[in-house]
This record gives sequence, C-alpha cells and structure tokens, in this order.
Amino acid sequence: TKTRTILTTDIDQLFSGKRQIDDEMLEEIEELLITADIGVQTAMDLMDGIARKASRIQTPDALKQLLKQELQTLLANAAPPTDALQEKPHVVMVVGVNGVGKTTTIGKLAAREIHQGRKVLIAAADTFRAAAVEQLTIWAERAGAELVRHKEQADPAAVAYDGIEAALARGMDTVYVDTAGRLHTKVNLMEEIKKIQRTITKKMPGAPHEILLVLDATTGQNALAQAKMFNESLGVTGLVLTKLDGTAKGGIVISICQQLQLPLHFIGVGEGVDDLQPFDAARFVDALF
Amino acid sequence: MFESLSEKLDGVFKRLKGHGTLTEKNISDGLREVRLALLEADVHFKVAKQFIADVKERSLGQEVMRSLTPGQQVVKIVNETLTDLMGGAHEALDLSGTHPVPIMLVGLQGSGKTTTAGKLALKLRKEGRKPYLVPADVYRPAAIDQLKKVGAQIDVPVFESRTDMDPVDICRQARVAAHKAGCDTVLLDTAGRLHIDETLMAELQAIREALQPADVLLVADAMTGQDAVNMAKAFDDALHIGGVVLSKMDGDARGGAALSIRSITGKPIKFIGVGEKLADLEAFHPDRMASRILGMGDVLTMIEKA
Ligand SMILES: Nc1nc2c(ncn2[C@@H]2O[C@H](COP(=O)(O)OP(=O)(O)OP(=O)(O)O)[C@@H](O)[C@H]2O)c(=O)[nH]1
Ligand SMILES: Nc1nc2c(ncn2[C@@H]2O[C@H](COP(=O)(O)OP(=O)(O)OP(=O)(O)O)[C@@H](O)[C@H]2O)c(=O)[nH]1
Ligand SMILES: [Mg+2]
Ligand SMILES: [Mg+2]
Repeated sequence: TKTRTILTTDIDQLFSGKRQIDDEMLEEIEELLITADIGVQTAMDLMDGIARKASRIQTPDALKQLLKQELQTLLANAAPPTDALQEKPHVVMVVGVNGVGKTTTIGKLAAREIHQGRKVLIAAADTFRAAAVEQLTIWAERAGAELVRHKEQADPAAVAYDGIEAALARGMDTVYVDTAGRLHTKVNLMEEIKKIQRTITKKMPGAPHEILLVLDATTGQNALAQAKMFNESLGVTGLVLTKLDGTAKGGIVISICQQLQLPLHFIGVGEGVDDLQPFDAARFVDALF
Repeated sequence: MFESLSEKLDGVFKRLKGHGTLTEKNISDGLREVRLALLEADVHFKVAKQFIADVKERSLGQEVMRSLTPGQQVVKIVNETLTDLMGGAHEALDLSGTHPVPIMLVGLQGSGKTTTAGKLALKLRKEGRKPYLVPADVYRPAAIDQLKKVGAQIDVPVFESRTDMDPVDICRQARVAAHKAGCDTVLLDTAGRLHIDETLMAELQAIREALQPADVLLVADAMTGQDAVNMAKAFDDALHIGGVVLSKMDGDARGGAALSIRSITGKPIKFIGVGEKLADLEAFHPDRMASRILGMGDVLTMIEKA
C-alpha cells in the first residue's frame, strides 16, 4: 500500500477559483516543472513557450495539453530504435554511478529476454563492492540466466572477457556485463571502465553493442553531468531510469535526452523481477503532472 | 563559461549606480541570481523561496562594506544565512543510554546505508568503542552477505541474520547477542525502502519501538533532487530521526538536498560520506556545504587540501 501526498501541487489546483493565466500562475507552473527536476533552463524555455500562447489557454486541460505537447517534442528522440539486426551474442554493458540500480536492472532485463526465449549470460564484472557478485548470482538464478564470475577483487576486464568467450562458446543470444558503480568524476575508475570496453572489443569486434547508462529518478540536476561524462568516456547508446515507483519524477532525463540525443529504453518501477517497463514518452509526460 | 555566483552578482550590480546601501530595488536582480543558483543546486523551490525572503530581510538597509563590491556583499550575506540555516557546530552521534546502545540507519534504496553502517563501525572502534553490526535487511539479494563482508574488512562482529527471520526479531536478538559479546554499540542496517511504502515504513516503526535507538540516522544521497523534501519529511514524521548522513559527497553534485532536508526536518546533518571505502566518512561542515551549494565549494576544499 502506498500513499502520495505532501508538497505536491497540481495543475487542477492552480486553476481552482476560476483563475486566468497571469504572471503569478506562470510562476506557479514553472515551480511545478522545477519540482519534477526538469531543471531551471528547460523549465524557463518551456515557460517562454507557454507565455507566448497564454491567451489561448483558458482551462487547466488546455494548459496540460500544451505542456505535454511541448515536453513530448523534447522527448522526440527518446524512443529507442527497434533494430532487428543483432549480432550473436548481443553484448550490453551496464554502467552508472553508485546505487542507481544497475545490478537489479540486469536481473530484470535478463528475465525479460529469457521469457522471450533468448539465452542470456551475465558477466559479474563488479568485483569491487562487497557481495556484488553474490547479489548478481541471486538475480541470475531468479532470471534463469547463466553467470560468469571470478573471485572478489579480480580484474573486471578479465571477467568481461571470459563472459564473452563463454557466450560465444555456448551460443548465447545476449551478454550483460554488470559493472561496479562509479562516480563520473573519478578519473581512474572511468579509465578502468574504458579498459573493460576495450577488452570486450578485443574479444569480439563490434562489441559491446550497447552501453546502457542507468539513472536514478531521485537524482536531481547531477544526472546531466553523469550522462555527459559517461557518454564522453564510453559512448552511451541508451538510458534506463529507475525508481520511478517513488514520488520523484525524474524530469532531468528530458534535458538529457534532448541535449545528448539519447534514447530512453526502460524505466524501473520496483524491486521485483517484473518491475521494468519499456519507456513510453506519453505516459511519462502524463505522470509528470 | 562558468561564472561563479559572486561574478554573476557583480555583473548584476555593475548596472546599478549610487549603491551605498542595499535596497529593495537594487538587490532584487541579485536575489534572482541567487534563486537560480539554489534551484540549479537542487534546493527545493519552496525552501529557496523562503531562503530568499530571509536574505532580503537581512540585507535591506545594510551598508556595503568598503572592502567589498555589492555583489560580494550579497554573497557574504547569502553565505552567512545559508551557513546559519545548516546548523552551527558539528553535532555528534547520540550514544546516550545503557549499553549496548542501538543506532538505526534508514533511507531510500541504494542511498548508502550498509556502507555507512560499516563506516560508522570503523569510526566508533577507532574512538575506543565496541561496535556490533546487524543486517536487518532480509529483502535485497545478498544484503546480509554484504554487511558480513564489510564487518570482516574492519574486524567488527556481525549478527548472523537469516532471510527467513523477521527484521524486528533480528534486531531484538542481535542486541542480546551484542551484549553477550561485550559490545557497547549496535548498528542496525535496515533495508532500503520508499517513503510511501506504508508496510515497510511500519516495519521501521516497529524496530524503533522495540529497540528504542539512541539515534536514528537518515542516509540520503547528496545527488537527490527536488524529492528530497518529501522523502525526508516522511522518514522524519514516521521515525523522528536524530540526524542525517549525506552520502556520495565525493562527486560533483552541488548538494542542495542538504538545505532542503535540513529546512524541512530541522534535524542536523551529522556526517558526510566521501567515498566507497570504509574510512571515507567525515564530519559535516555547514560553511563548506554553503559554499558548495552556491557553486563556490571547490575553492574552499582546494584551499583546505593544498
Ligand atoms: N524502488 C525501486 N528500487 C529499485 C529499483 N531498481 C533498483 N532498486 C533498488 O535500489 C537498490 C540498489 O540497486 P542495485 O541494483 O544494487 O544498484 P547498483 O547500481 O547495482 O549499485 P552498485 O553496484 O552498488 O553501484 C537496491 O535496493 C534495489 O532493490 C526500482 O526501479 N525501484
Ligand atoms: N562514491 C561513493 N559511493 C558510496 C558512498 N556511500 C555508499 N556508496 C556506494 O553506493 C552504493 C550503494 O551503497 P549501499 O551501502 O549498498 O546502499 P544501501 O542504502 O545499503 O542500499 P540498499 O540496501 O539497496 O537500500 C554502493 O556502490 C556503495 O559503494 C559514498 O560516500 N561515496
Ligand atoms: Mg551493482
Ligand atoms: Mg543496504
């Protein structure tokens, strides 16, 4: 059972008492956008658009409609490509800062693919965090995926290498490489993850085919810096936004998708194996208000 | 490209003439810049609003000091107000009561509770106490293993929890076991949960009720956005937290959540987490946090480390 209350305002409230759009209301709308972590710049840009069309907006529904339209335009590139062409195995590296949900997301993704009849192997390349491998082992069991693991403190690139090798030998369809959480500002750790990527390419030219960056919906403006740095280092191919089952809206992904032209593949909506949904821009924007 | 708040404010004030004192008219543009800086740092918009009102009240009529530009003067006032709001001197862990003293760690998923439990254990041991770690998370895969490994790294005993046990029973039994083992502080690592999850919040209340911890610490991620207020308020309402640990401060997040959480709960931030290693825990300094939120933090830290 969940309840949501507290410091939220919504558009319907804004219009109560038959108010018209005026400066004060525009400010309140801007605040609403800010509360969703959309960011100051994007919020101001959106407000400029709204202010220009203010005379045409008389009802909360009209305003909602307009906002949603504008936001969906910003998310136009967010839909993931549907590429049928896939090499076997399709190698996916999962990266992100600490505690965002990388390992859990791999468990969910693996379960999903296995459900579709694909064969999935997971490489436990987080050899750093305490019991990261044990955690992933449980997720692999839950999903029914195969696992390649080394001892703790082993070289993560070596684990990834062995993972690809095993996947090639066993005819796997997909390999997920779990990596240790790292802040995007840590130069040595970003070098380490580049090395994992290079090692994978060495074993299988063209791989990794995807670099999935996991972002936490609770994160504010810093998510943009994370996306920029991971993208610069590795060339991110897509995003996953986790923890959308809470009260945080994750609005910063709008700026990220727009500025970096990255698609958002999935959203995480819980801790269970089925709590993963393909991203749907219309529904996401709906949930913002 | 990057302008500090103080440079931006100088720009704003250059356009004004004859500004010996700060007036309603001549500071409003400046305060707009301050508001933007706060919002960009993830301070909740309502908290930012209140803050601007406070700063305005403090500023009006103040003489601009000879040694400062009006922009610098406003930064000074902003900085002082922010530092005051964030609390005075460092507040320590509450370790009062009969041994073994229970301390409880709570927070959202992935915020850093388990790591912080290890960090606190190490710190307490260095101070001559005998900590005891308790994995009370029976939900997250391998959460018990994780705390066991953390304990082993620093040679601190860990209660033998099992996933089929009830978290309240774990905590009760663990306190008895800690007493037997001659330990004086019991660190309860609870499962991550959403503040809107009534069942799991009730579980925390039951643990609090049963153990009567001397301190309840909310572990919050320094990168948290606007939702920090909702989260912190819900945890505080349900559990009456004693303080906050702000984790992952080793990144480049401006950490406006610190101000949001402090304003909404009134509870002190006691520690900051500055890395993944167990020694990476530091006391909280309101003045440094203030400059960081305003985008001037690195300067201070650099001076400190030089
Ligand atoms: N509510 C909720 N919790 C989630 C979601 N995804 C992950 N979590 C939880 O977030 C916490 C961290 O998840 P992990 O998968 O361990 O995160 P990680 O990125 O692998 O963490 P590190 O490897 O330590 O960097 C766990 O408690 C997960 O159960 C989600 O979509 N919703
Ligand atoms: N860089 C950095 N990482 C941290 C810090 N504190 C914790 N972490 C990392 O954050 C991730 C999550 O930490 P945990 O201690 O597992 O978090 P938790 O709150 O116990 O997570 P759940 O039990 O799943 O809710 C791990 O990768 C930790 O190493 C910190 O201060 N700095
Ligand atoms: Mg992980
Ligand atoms: Mg934990």
